[in-house]
Amino acid sequence: MINLQEVIETNKMIEQENLDVRTITMGISLLDCADHDLNITCEKIYKKITTLACNLVQTGEDIAREFGIPIVNKRISITPISLVGSACCRIPGDYVQIAKTLDRAAKDVGVNILGGFSAIVSKGMTQSDELLIRSIPMALACTERICSSVNVGSTKTGINMDAVRLMGDIIRQTAEATQERDSVGCTKLVVLCNAPDDNPFMAGAFHGVSEADAIINVGVSGPGVVKYALEQIPDADFELLCETIKRTAFKITRVGQLVAQEASSRLGVPFGIIDLSLAPTPAIGDSVADILKCIGVEHPGAPGTTAALALLNDQVKKGGVMASSYVGGLSGAFIPVSEDQGMIDAVEAGALTIEKLEAMTCVCSVGLDMIAIPGDTPATTIAGIIADESAIGMVNQKTTAVRIIPVIGKTVGDTVEYGGLFGHAPIMPVNTFSSQRFVDRGGRIPAPIHSFKN
Amino acid sequence: MTRAIITVVGKDTVGIIAKVCTYLADNQINILDISQTIVQEFFNMMMIVDLTKSVKPFDQLNDELVKIGKDTGVQVKCQLEDIFDKMHRI
Repeated sequence: MINLQEVIETNKMIEQENLDVRTITMGISLLDCADHDLNITCEKIYKKITTLACNLVQTGEDIAREFGIPIVNKRISITPISLVGSACCRIPGDYVQIAKTLDRAAKDVGVNILGGFSAIVSKGMTQSDELLIRSIPMALACTERICSSVNVGSTKTGINMDAVRLMGDIIRQTAEATQERDSVGCTKLVVLCNAPDDNPFMAGAFHGVSEADAIINVGVSGPGVVKYALEQIPDADFELLCETIKRTAFKITRVGQLVAQEASSRLGVPFGIIDLSLAPTPAIGDSVADILKCIGVEHPGAPGTTAALALLNDQVKKGGVMASSYVGGLSGAFIPVSEDQGMIDAVEAGALTIEKLEAMTCVCSVGLDMIAIPGDTPATTIAGIIADESAIGMVNQKTTAVRIIPVIGKTVGDTVEYGGLFGHAPIMPVNTFSSQRFVDRGGRIPAPIHSFKN
Repeated sequence: MTRAIITVVGKDTVGIIAKVCTYLADNQINILDISQTIVQEFFNMMMIVDLTKSVKPFDQLNDELVKIGKDTGVQVKCQLEDIFDKMHRI
C-alpha cells in the first residue's frame, strides 16, 4: 500500500516543483472533410472538430481535479490542412477562410491552441501546399488560436530548398502582418525537418496521415522536478547524476501515462503516445536552463553546455521509455529562449548566442525555438538559418525546428513581451554576413547516404 | 473498489482528524489506513479511503473536505489513489 512519504513526495512535486501534465492533445483526422466546395469543407471541418472534441476540455478538468494534478493545456491537432483544402482552395484567401473556421471551432470547444495549419513539403510542394504556405501570414494575423507548421525536409527525402527559401519570406511577412503586436504571429509558426506525426506540443503539432481517425496524445513536463532532484545531490558523479534524472523522468512519465489512459477511456478515443518532454515555462523554477546550471555550467552557453544537454536529453528518454507503453512525439528537452527564464538570463548575461543554441539543437529534441531576432534580418538570412537547422535534423535523423521572430521595428538591445506561456525575450544578434547566393540556388539538397537502408 | 488518498497538511491543532473522520463516517466512506507524521512542525496526515459506498460524488466530497480544511486552517486534499500507485509502483 502507498505510504505517507510517497504521498508527500508526489504532492511536493505538484505543489512546489511545478509538476504538471503540459497538454492533452486530441489528434483529429480531417481527411474525410475534403470537398470540392470551400463552404462545405469548412462546414464539415467545424462539425467534426466540435463533435469529437466537445468533451475534451471538461474531461481534462475532471481528471485534473480527481487526481490532483494540473493539466495545463487542452489542445487539438489536425490533419495538415493543405491535404484537406487541396480540392477546394484556389487562392491563399480560401485557406484563410479555413483558418477562421478552425479558430472558431477551437474557441467553441474551449481549447487554447489548435495545430495543423500545416504543409508537409519535405520533397516537393503541390500547388495546394504553396497556396497554404502563402496564406500563413494572413491566417495567423486574423486568428487567435491557430498554429502553423511547415515540414521542409527529412532524412529520407533531403531538404526542399525552394520551400526553405519561401519560408524565409513567409516568416518575414508573418512578422510584418502582426508588427503592431511585436510580430506575435511568428510565435505560432514553426519550420520543421523530420516532423513527427504524433507530436502533441505546439506550434509543431499536427495529426499525420499515418494516424487513426482520432487519438489522444499527452505531453508531460516537469523540469522543476528534475532540478529539485539534482539539487539534492550537488557533488554527485555522472553515474549518480544520470541515474537521478532517469528515475525522475520515470516518475513524471508514469503520471502522464495515467492521465493519457484516463482521458482515452473517458473520451472513447484511442491512446496514441506520451511525449515525455521537459518543457519549460517562464515561471520561476520551471526551467530547463536551471537544470543545466544544476548539472554544472554557470549559464547555458558556457563550454560544457552541449554535453550537459546531451546527457539530460538521453536520460529523460531512458527513464520515460520504461514508464509508458507508447512513447512518441519529440520526447526530450526543449530549449526555447523566451519561455525559459534561465535561458533569458543567459542571453542577457552574454553567455548564450544563436550559434551555441544551434549546437545545442544537435543533441536535444527540438531546434531554435522562440528566439527574437532584429526586425531588419533579411529573408535570405532566415532561410539560411532554416537550412542549417534542417541539415542538422536531416543528417542526425532527428527532428529539428526553427521558430524565430524577426520583431519588426526592434533591434539588439530591445526586448519583447508576449506574456503567458510565450514569455518575453531579448532580441538576439544574428550573423550579418549574407546567405543569399546559397539559398537562392533553388531545388533540393539530396538525402544523405545513410538514409538508403533498403 | 474506488480508493482515494486524503491528505491533511498544516499546523497541528486539536480535532483535525476527528473532524475529517466524522465527515467520512457521515458519508459512508470507509477508512482503510491512516498514518501521520510531523515534518518541520507541520502536521502531515494521510488516509487511504474506500469511496465505493460514498453517498456523494467525488467532486462534492472534495469540495466539502477542502472547506473543512479551510475552516480548521489546514490544507485538505482528496486524490484518487492511482496517481500515487502509478508513480511509485511498477
